[in-house]
Amino acid sequence: MMHFLLLFSRQGKLRLQKWFLPLPERERKKIVKDMTTMVLARKPRTCNFLHWKDLKIVYKRYASLYFCCALENQDNELLALEILHRYVELLDKYFGNVCELDIIFNFEKAYFILDELLMGGEIQETSKLSIVKSIEASDMLQETMEEYISKPAF
Amino acid sequence: MTPSVRLQEMIRVIRSARTQGEERGIIQRECADIRSQFRQGDNGERSHSLAKLLYVHMLGYPAHFGQMECVRLIASPRYSEKRIGYLGAMMLLDENQDASLLITNSIKNDLSHSSQYVQSLALCTLACMGSAEMCRDLAPEIERLLRASHSYIKKKATLCAVHIIRKVPELAELFTPSARTLLSEKNHGVLHGAVVLITELCERNPDTLVQFRKAVPELVQIMKGLVTSSYSPEHNVAGISDPFLQVRILRLLRILGHNNDTASDAMNDLLAQVATNTDSSKTAGSAVLYETVLTIMDINSESGLRVLAVNILGRFLLNNDRNIRYISMTSLQKIVQTDHNAVQRHRGTIVDCLKDQDTSVKRRALELSLALVSAVNIRSMMKELLIFLSVCPPELRSQTASGIFNAAERYSPSKRWHIDTILHVLTTAGGDVRDETVPNLIQLITTASELHCYTVHKLYRALIKDIAQQSLVQVACWCIGEYGDLLLKGECEEIEPVQVTEDDILDALETVLQSHMSSPATRGFALTATMKLSTRITDNVDRIRSIVSIYGSCIDLELQQRAVEYNALFKKYDHMRAAVLERMPVMDKNSPGHTNGDTSGEIKEPDTSKPKPVEAGLLSEPASQVCDLLDLLGGTDTPLQLSPAPTSTPTTTSSADLLDLLGGLEITPVPTVSVYEKNGLSLKIQCDKQTETEVTVTLIASNSTQNDITNFTLQAAVPKSVQLQMKAPSGNVIPAHGLGQVTQTVLLNNPNKVSLKMRIRVAYSNQGAMHQDTVQIDSFPSAACQPSFSPL
Repeated sequence: MMHFLLLFSRQGKLRLQKWFLPLPERERKKIVKDMTTMVLARKPRTCNFLHWKDLKIVYKRYASLYFCCALENQDNELLALEILHRYVELLDKYFGNVCELDIIFNFEKAYFILDELLMGGEIQETSKLSIVKSIEASDMLQETMEEYISKPAF
Repeated sequence: MTPSVRLQEMIRVIRSARTQGEERGIIQRECADIRSQFRQGDNGERSHSLAKLLYVHMLGYPAHFGQMECVRLIASPRYSEKRIGYLGAMMLLDENQDASLLITNSIKNDLSHSSQYVQSLALCTLACMGSAEMCRDLAPEIERLLRASHSYIKKKATLCAVHIIRKVPELAELFTPSARTLLSEKNHGVLHGAVVLITELCERNPDTLVQFRKAVPELVQIMKGLVTSSYSPEHNVAGISDPFLQVRILRLLRILGHNNDTASDAMNDLLAQVATNTDSSKTAGSAVLYETVLTIMDINSESGLRVLAVNILGRFLLNNDRNIRYISMTSLQKIVQTDHNAVQRHRGTIVDCLKDQDTSVKRRALELSLALVSAVNIRSMMKELLIFLSVCPPELRSQTASGIFNAAERYSPSKRWHIDTILHVLTTAGGDVRDETVPNLIQLITTASELHCYTVHKLYRALIKDIAQQSLVQVACWCIGEYGDLLLKGECEEIEPVQVTEDDILDALETVLQSHMSSPATRGFALTATMKLSTRITDNVDRIRSIVSIYGSCIDLELQQRAVEYNALFKKYDHMRAAVLERMPVMDKNSPGHTNGDTSGEIKEPDTSKPKPVEAGLLSEPASQVCDLLDLLGGTDTPLQLSPAPTSTPTTTSSADLLDLLGGLEITPVPTVSVYEKNGLSLKIQCDKQTETEVTVTLIASNSTQNDITNFTLQAAVPKSVQLQMKAPSGNVIPAHGLGQVTQTVLLNNPNKVSLKMRIRVAYSNQGAMHQDTVQIDSFPSAACQPSFSPL
């Protein structure tokens, strides 16, 4: 099970945080600080796995953003790399050539996409196509309902 | 989309702030704005305000005033408001907040909503932050959704069930029946969720595990389908069909096949097939192979399969991708104990990884290399490890050093090699070694008596080169003090001869004494070594005398005390000096006081801080006697302390008195009681209570046979909390016909006032035959000391 997923920039600014365990706010802030320090200190051609407390940390850098997640002992690190990659692909498909600014200005959509990929720290859908369809349908629902509400029925 | 513009506008404004203070000001204004929006109630703007608040929250600012707004928005009929409300709930509410309970009802309603996307929001939120309370309330709903709905909802309900089971394990039984049927689903999302659910159920309950073992053939079938299926664009990742599902199934198979032959047999073929057919050129394939290897190693697989698995790991070791090398070493580490020979085959590659740039890889390679050291490869491995030690990153140094020491201790081919290795480590990384290294090394040196000359020469050379490494300097000083005469002799067969004069040696020691790099403990070593040399050199004794007297007024309390005592040795007790500073005998490795003695340079109170070598040197008795003395200052953990009687040396008793910490120990005449009589040997004891907790026991042995009893020794053991000190016996020959006696005094300290018992073992020769016997004394009741005893 994944414990958390963080996205942060090269300057250490947090862009997205998803927690799959209940932790107090102070604890979360500390973890974010630890992760950013640890991951940003890594040299360029080192492996993508770290050990922190009793968790395995998997991180990958995509352009200016670091994607970082924490796994339990029995989880497969190489697969976690694939999960992170899958998330990036989904963002790319949705925003069209995604860049960090897209995620900054549309963070709520980044969360909605993540919620279609992961749930309770586990993968919920393995088909990229299926997820893309669901997101599109949800957005459609949002728009039509907006219109429906603002237009009087009679 | 118009509605989001206001959010994006705010984000733009915040990002344009040039200083932290400016940003704080903007945030404060926005938060005030948001608060007033919330107060206004329903006006179509609430969702944007909450979105803005969530952004502010991500920047790290407090946002708890938005919690109630989340609750309200979730209850709204509008999808856009529900969506942002649920997102807010996941970000701001967790199970520790009271407000989280308020959304339970909304979730319940939304779980039966007509739109599947609303249902999905509720499911997602429950799986993310649902507390045990909420889970208990909503579990029946989830179970219904597992069975009834179509795949979009089913897959989410399954993962929600996983979360429920994690929070409330008792509810596992509720989901077990449905889990089984879910395995026949075709949809990969649902199938994946089902496998996760079954894994969770099996991990928590062994009975469920037995039940699900019957599903192994079905799982094998699904796996086979995935591995051999034709290209499916929907699930394909780099040539592998749905690696996510494959990995999860393999993991479940691992759990089901563990320690079970039938299940393991059923999956053997499949595992072989996956292991051989999976293309590992990309990460997806490697992930599947990795999981396969883990599964093979963890179930009762046949040996051919295990070899296949280890070879895959070996292949991974040569992969260019650093991640794969790291993974491979982690896995090899897990199996190095069980499949040692198989892993040994890849030793060369592993040792090469020590030179990798990446610290994580280096660390793994180090752990593996240390696990692979054996008697056969010790020399070559040690060479590599020593090279590694000189270039390794600082955080790995102490681990490397202790690993090298352990390996050297277990497998060293010769004493000289062992000593050389330790010296090499001390020169390279002396600052990172453990504290016990110094006494351990000293003990090792004393046992290698044929190498004393070689060792002292080597250490002397190391000392004059560099005095920064404290452990090395300490050992060097000790050796020079002990074996200085060998150093002066100049020649030594194993090392190039170099002429060393007495002045050279004293210069070296004085440099250590005066250098600001030397720790207080090191200076103590140097001073004692200087003192010891006074009996080993001939010309410069006056120089030593002057050094010692200078330090008599040293500011360092420890050094001052030593110098004063050594001065006393020169003046008042000069007649004893030779005996006191005599060469030390071989130390026993396992003696309890062996690792006492602080070598890390801290100053403690004078009476407890003398390092053992100094103490032992001055007493000039076997180390075990010294350990007894130190045991009075600190206990040991062996249940019964056996202290062999020290061999008597004529000049020792007086020096023992010199340092006797217990004060006067006259034996007052009390009635003797006989405790043992056999074969002409009789043993009597007298005991006398000195204080509340101290008892002095005198053992008197006499011989009524025709022949002298020779090699007579007594050993005594007492209960754990009692401290025992045996004094030197009066002799070890008991004349025949009762013409003489041997007495030996034993001091007992019983701080916990347990009932005193003593077991005494006697050993002697009579008429050429060795005898040994034991007697136990069960109680020493009172001051009058009438012991009861039971001969064994």
